[in-house]
Amino acid sequence: MENGAASEGKDPSGFLSEIIGAPVTVKLNSGVVYKGELQSVDGYMNIALEKTEEYVNGQRRRTYGDAFVRGNNVMYISSDS
Amino acid sequence: MADADEGAGAPVAEPLDLVRLSLDEVVFVKLRGDRELKGRLHAYDSHCNLVLGDVEETVYIVEEDEEEEETIKTIRKQSEMLFVRGDSVVLISPQAPS
Repeated sequence: MENGAASEGKDPSGFLSEIIGAPVTVKLNSGVVYKGELQSVDGYMNIALEKTEEYVNGQRRRTYGDAFVRGNNVMYISSDS
Repeated sequence: MADADEGAGAPVAEPLDLVRLSLDEVVFVKLRGDRELKGRLHAYDSHCNLVLGDVEETVYIVEEDEEEEETIKTIRKQSEMLFVRGDSVVLISPQAPS
């Protein structure tokens, strides 16, 4: 159960719905990284984040209260905990 | 039970709801190619095509001089009304970033 992918009944979108509300790291194809609380995700991998911090070249650039990220830019979503 | 998850109780059930809640508000938009927009959101669709009013566009250009020192030049443009094709949108935020 705990080790995810191998066990039955799990798929990638199942993982995404499991980590709703959790702090996540989102990396875009451009290399820009967003850290924030995952508010929601849809089938396009569009993402809504709360309390978002933007990192460019590892350095914090900006913060956003809420942020919508268009799914086509997403490389990965990682749960921070 | 049918209406339980509608209205103010579930403001952000899907990511685009965040954009819907920003209609007629000033939004910050990050685009591909180091461009940013700030303007009032008049309309949007599921592709993230946007119509913005009273827009300030900022373009960041990295310039390299002879000593290979990089300086970032910013260019600002104002538009009364702007249609943005969705595929160039990276991020939309309801408030101005800090």
